[in-house]
Amino acid sequence: MRLFLFALAVLAVAPAQAQGPQYRAQTGTFALTDCRIETVTRGTIERGTVVIADGEIAAVGTAPVPAGARTIPCDGGTVYPGMIDAGTRLGLQEIGSQDETQDYDELGDVTPQMRALTAFNPSTIHVPITRVSGVLAALSVPRGGLMPGTAGLVTLHGYTPEQLAAGFEGVVLNFPPSGRRGPFDRREQQVIDKASKEAMDKLDEVWEQAVLYARIDSARTAGRSGTMPYQPEMAALLPVVRGERMLLVEVNAAADIVKALAWLEGKPVSAVLTGVAEGWRVADRIAAAGLPVITGPVTGLPTRASDRYDRTYQNAALLAQAGVQVALRTDDGMQNYRNLPFHAGWAVAYGQDLGFDRLAALEAVTITPARIFGVDDRLGSIEVGKSATLFVADGDPFEPATMVTAVFIGGAQIPLVSRQSELYEEYLDRSPGLTVGGATDQ
Amino acid sequence: MPRFASRLPSMRHAFLLAVLAASAAAQTPLTLPPASERGSVLLRNATVHTVTGGTLEGADVLVRDGRIAAVGTGLEAPRGVRVMDLTGRHVMPGIIDAHSHAALSSVNEATNPIVAEVQMRDVVDPTDIGLYRALAGGVTAIHVMHGSANPVGGENETLKLRWGTLDPDGLLFEGAPRTIKFALGENPTRVHGRGRGIRPSTRMGIEQVYREAFTEARAYRAAHDAARAARQPLPPVDRRMETLADILDGDVLVHCHSYRADEILMLMEVFRDFGIERLTFQHANEAFKVAPELAAFGAGASVFADWGSYKFEVYYSSAYNAAILHRNGVRTSVNSDDAGLLRYLYHEAAKTQRYGGLTDDEALALVTLNPAWQLGIDDRVGSVEVGKDADLAVFSAHPLSVYARVDYTLVDGVVRFDRARDGDDQRVYVDPGEEIVTLPSGHSDSCMLGVDLDALVLGD
Repeated sequence: MRLFLFALAVLAVAPAQAQGPQYRAQTGTFALTDCRIETVTRGTIERGTVVIADGEIAAVGTAPVPAGARTIPCDGGTVYPGMIDAGTRLGLQEIGSQDETQDYDELGDVTPQMRALTAFNPSTIHVPITRVSGVLAALSVPRGGLMPGTAGLVTLHGYTPEQLAAGFEGVVLNFPPSGRRGPFDRREQQVIDKASKEAMDKLDEVWEQAVLYARIDSARTAGRSGTMPYQPEMAALLPVVRGERMLLVEVNAAADIVKALAWLEGKPVSAVLTGVAEGWRVADRIAAAGLPVITGPVTGLPTRASDRYDRTYQNAALLAQAGVQVALRTDDGMQNYRNLPFHAGWAVAYGQDLGFDRLAALEAVTITPARIFGVDDRLGSIEVGKSATLFVADGDPFEPATMVTAVFIGGAQIPLVSRQSELYEEYLDRSPGLTVGGATDQ
Repeated sequence: MPRFASRLPSMRHAFLLAVLAASAAAQTPLTLPPASERGSVLLRNATVHTVTGGTLEGADVLVRDGRIAAVGTGLEAPRGVRVMDLTGRHVMPGIIDAHSHAALSSVNEATNPIVAEVQMRDVVDPTDIGLYRALAGGVTAIHVMHGSANPVGGENETLKLRWGTLDPDGLLFEGAPRTIKFALGENPTRVHGRGRGIRPSTRMGIEQVYREAFTEARAYRAAHDAARAARQPLPPVDRRMETLADILDGDVLVHCHSYRADEILMLMEVFRDFGIERLTFQHANEAFKVAPELAAFGAGASVFADWGSYKFEVYYSSAYNAAILHRNGVRTSVNSDDAGLLRYLYHEAAKTQRYGGLTDDEALALVTLNPAWQLGIDDRVGSVEVGKDADLAVFSAHPLSVYARVDYTLVDGVVRFDRARDGDDQRVYVDPGEEIVTLPSGHSDSCMLGVDLDALVLGD
């Protein structure tokens, strides 16, 4: 904190010299001292040190400061594991209405070979905007047709796909909706039913093809002869039908969730349900199926005019109450992934009476998504040996008034600047100021 | 649990009644009195965020006939006035949204660059469930606006959320000044220039649309005034010209959809030339770049807390917009323009504490007193002050905390939202032909509702 303030002061006095250190991530050995530490998995340490070395968390608690380490006093602030937004368009969209800046929806209905990591733009302004709030990892998700592509988990510091990738990729299935698309969908019921059936038939057909493709591949491997035909869609689905790569099943309406559960039953796939806006209606059935859920936005509108106004706010809590493993996502069309902690706070505000407390919400944005994605050996908690992807806040990070005072991703200290903060610095006290009749207020 | 109790001489009786009332309330839905109802109630022992007079701990607010009659400690309830014990709760002025499209059955009359003759009060639907959801977020008044397809849109309407009425006029905020929608930038140039092949297709063109219109309106009013003075027959009445002339006379407040700094400066220059003073820029994502000019003009800004990047003209947005504007002396509000955001404007206001460090009172003013000023109703609402309307929101915790929930919302002293009595289905009217729709709806560009953009691109 003090270092950061000092750096700011230096910047104010001599901006030219300060450009380098201010804008580049810093690496090395760090000791965060005088910290409260919310480890998430191992309780809260009221006062302790976190040592960061070689990109990892080297010590937690009553650890000595290693020689040569840069000391960063928390001043009583709290260390948290970096939050993970489990559903975004980050890196695949720069500006909402400009097609040229959107790379999340390739042509074609079945395109699982389209990889988010290929098109993720490391230079998007939305990466710094997101990470300075402590949201340090995000699932970047293609969208569009039946199987629009392969989502990728990224940590928000790096310049190449390899540096960004956080060890998880999953194929997206937009489970065919059986109802209307919205109030403006004026199709006849028969037309809707026909479209729904056709989509389900197509899904089944694609799946059967993939299973067959996998069988041929197995036979080929066993016989050590022949080559597989070039079918990139099938190659992308191969690890999915074998249960080696996760299937992200986007489904929202209650009836569709039930249908998706039935469709998944008996298939040896590793699946997570995403969206799940009406999950609270069928929470017991999701729990019985044993599938994890990624839900959000928490602040979304209720799906039906006849629903309680706060049902969506309570969705995560009602699912958790039924025994479902729940992670949160913002899925924010405005790219406000930085608001993930506020979504978590909302889930608590309306869910604590149902048992969804602050720790449950904190888990839902840290260790739970890490477990769902199978990266909990690296992310999701403050534990020795994990990636030093964490942040320091001067209070509860779910509260709007709290300030994030330090951010580390993979052990690199990230400058707390984004285009938005740069504009703030430039325009708060603009110079030149007002010009009236040729006279300028500097 | 609600803690309503009739005021009785014996504390024991009061307690028993309170218990009875509480147990009954769990099953009883809130009765929604007619829109004309004006309530009387004593709100007791709350933390009261007055916005204009600081924060009062353990304070009471006495409401009589829909107005705030007293604010202080140890207030007594007059005979027959019920008491709500708000121990541990927070009271703030009812939230006001200066930019909404809720309750509107149409939004854009996109057939001409100037449609000053149309009025949103003709298309108010008091049964929109969005109004109830807004109440559940502490909102008591909304400014429902025409869309942004045209440089000059229609007249807007200021509504009070008197949920429960089926009469559109029951929602009208009596005595609120007339306001009108203007729009700059991409929307009008796309709809008219590129969509219909008529001016404006550029920001240059938009300026000239205004200059021509106001010049014509000035001549129109002068001709009418001259005919009246000379006792001659009046020239034909033109509703469009009448409204534009009323703007020139200062009788209609202008609320202008805008994004970029250059277009904001342009409109202030046009208004200076035509002597128009009351102006609020809506959205105004780049207003922070020209904050000194806005302050010098005396214009307001009604902005998103953190929305941007949804189109090119908002790519250079910042969540610090409200804070920069406020610090530069611009009267600023935080608005919704969206059925989702409308439900938690207090949370949107709280974001200015992270992005710019606004104090509690400054942040709360963004969704209360400041929008009231922008709508010309700050003598009636926007703060907890004696004489003002008893439009109040009661929270379970500090309203700027993410953990706060709205427990009660009062409009004209009448409880129209009570969380403990919230039912599974709060609709006041069920359309028998209504389809159950179960897909979550994402954000749409509310300002462009009713404009078929795909058709425009195709040249239909």
